[in-house]
Amino acid sequence: MIGYVRLIGQFAVILLLFSAVAALASWPVYRQVPEGSAIILLTFVHGADRKAECRNLSSKEIAKVAPNMRRVQECPRGRRPIYVELDLSGRDLFRATLPPSGIAGDGHSRVYRRFVVPAGQYEVAIRMRDTPRTEGFDHQRKEMVTLTPDQMFVVDFRSQSGEFVFR
Amino acid sequence: MAQNGARMIAAVRSVLRHAFEWIERPLDRLFGPALNPVAQLGALGFFFFWIVAVSGIYLFIFFDTGIERAYESVENLTNKHWYHAGVMRSFHRYASDLMVVMLVTHMLREFAYDHYRGTRWFSWFTGVPIIWLLYTSGITGYWLVWDKLAQYVALVSSELLDWLPIFGEPIARNFVSTGTLTSRFFSLMVFMHIAVPLFMLFAMWIHILHISRPKMNPPRTLAVLSLVALLAASLWNPAVSQGQVDLSKAPVAVGLDWFFLPLYPLTDLWGNGAVWAFLGAFSLMIALMPWLPPLRRAKAAAVDLAHCNGCARCAEDCPYEAIRMVRRTDDLPFPTEAQVNPSLCVSCGICMGSCPSSTPFRRSEELRTGIDLPDYSLRELRERVIATAGTLEGPARILVFACDHGGGAGHLSGAVPLPCVAMAPPSLIDFVLSKNLADGVVVAGCAESACYHRLGAAWTEQRFAGERDPYLRARVPRDRLKTIWASALESGRFERELAAFADAVAAMPATASASPSLHAILPAPEREPARLPEGSVP
Repeated sequence: MIGYVRLIGQFAVILLLFSAVAALASWPVYRQVPEGSAIILLTFVHGADRKAECRNLSSKEIAKVAPNMRRVQECPRGRRPIYVELDLSGRDLFRATLPPSGIAGDGHSRVYRRFVVPAGQYEVAIRMRDTPRTEGFDHQRKEMVTLTPDQMFVVDFRSQSGEFVFR
Repeated sequence: MAQNGARMIAAVRSVLRHAFEWIERPLDRLFGPALNPVAQLGALGFFFFWIVAVSGIYLFIFFDTGIERAYESVENLTNKHWYHAGVMRSFHRYASDLMVVMLVTHMLREFAYDHYRGTRWFSWFTGVPIIWLLYTSGITGYWLVWDKLAQYVALVSSELLDWLPIFGEPIARNFVSTGTLTSRFFSLMVFMHIAVPLFMLFAMWIHILHISRPKMNPPRTLAVLSLVALLAASLWNPAVSQGQVDLSKAPVAVGLDWFFLPLYPLTDLWGNGAVWAFLGAFSLMIALMPWLPPLRRAKAAAVDLAHCNGCARCAEDCPYEAIRMVRRTDDLPFPTEAQVNPSLCVSCGICMGSCPSSTPFRRSEELRTGIDLPDYSLRELRERVIATAGTLEGPARILVFACDHGGGAGHLSGAVPLPCVAMAPPSLIDFVLSKNLADGVVVAGCAESACYHRLGAAWTEQRFAGERDPYLRARVPRDRLKTIWASALESGRFERELAAFADAVAAMPATASASPSLHAILPAPEREPARLPEGSVP
């Protein structure tokens, strides 16, 4: 009899532990952003122009190179940084100069930033400069959008067509 | 600075040890030392691993690895086949969580009981990769369900990885809009969720390599109780999905698994860089713990070939795999001899207690045995016993063999301290009682479920019960011998049991022979018993 009571006690202790583990496996709920908020996600990968134009090599320069390595042009690998501005209803949300990736600075510039904003209607304006110019922008888009609670509003850029995408 | 750090670590260890004692001793009474779950953490970790593996294989039968159908297949097995596949899903999830609980508690307990320094560094150090592999296994598993929690895990995990400057394009971009994620990426996750646990099993095998008789399976009763409790918890609170992924919606509110994902909310609070810094610093600190500060060790056990007949009892009893039997190197007619690996030996003396040559009855001037501790030899032990017996007074003269790590460690009068009670060969008890050096003997070890040298309590019990060589001879009156298994924090209980035993012995008829002159037993040299270096653990 005592053996059974002891066994029940042992089972009760183990069950208590396991039930606590089962409860904590999905509770309490974690809320990443305040209720009634939306997320604007600015993300794209885009390579700006090379820092300098390709240059034709002289025959003397070509002759210096081993026969199997010879080429007629020398193109510098490094890319320019990209400058981006994101405004939300006239308010500055993001301003940044995005350097090219890679050790040699020849990769694409990239950005991945989240902004938590209250749900509602906004004018979203995005501008980007990816050429040597110092004034004005090469790509831009401005649009009125309505953000619903929990919405993930993505601002992306398509390099092939050179246009910003809102989705 | 270094001394302050060491003092702080010792203080944390002491607090944790008190906490474990507070939990373990009542569980000892409920479960008994052999079934106490806190003393079976490693074995339960293995047990839950196998449950996760078997339930995972079962779930894989029903799981569709394509990204479009993964969620549906999990919903199908959870709802339509709840009575087998659904239960298996809960087994899979909760056993994984329990693995985390076992791992963390096991790590804290080994730290609390100072089971991670000295020769034990190997098991501790090789346990660090297991933490990373277990978490990687669990996180990739949550990904596969492809519900809102999976979306959250995918986003936060990839944002964390993107912080490291190793990927050309942010991985997190794959999870921000429909169509950007392909089944190929999902297949990679499936592969990782299978491959990483296999690596973990390999790491677990390495983790126990230097442990003699590792506990890889819990006692059957504990295993059955755990399985039934897991089934009950699975039926009470089955593991379910949290709604299908909608990449146009942010996974803003999710029911987190707080065992696998406690650091994920910190990415919002601290940022990804700080979380990586924390993980790196934590892993480095844990990995270096065995040397913060290193354990000062006494000299390793030494074999005296003239007294070793290659019986292999020392190799059998060593809890650290520090002794192996090798081909004989002298002219004696035995095939093997014991060889000690000094880098694995902790000088616990259990080998000395197991050696059939370790008999104090020898009258030779220079008492020697087959395997001995240079810092605490059998000869010195016998001298200490005789010297201590000479100080015993009162109606019942009780001699205590006190483990350095147990409840009797602080008992000063009439006690012979030992690094482990299994160091005392059973013939020494016989010697004490048959030579009438004392009216009773108490062997005071650690708590039975928390033996500092893992097997000392078990070997002692088995030797006394005649189940393990060397046996305690039948002529030894058992009513004059008592074992008290009490932790260092149970000195009060030790003293009470000792007093009760002394009363019981006092009520017994006097032994036939009068106490002999100590010099009649042996010509004990007039010198102070040698002491171990301060702070060392023999």
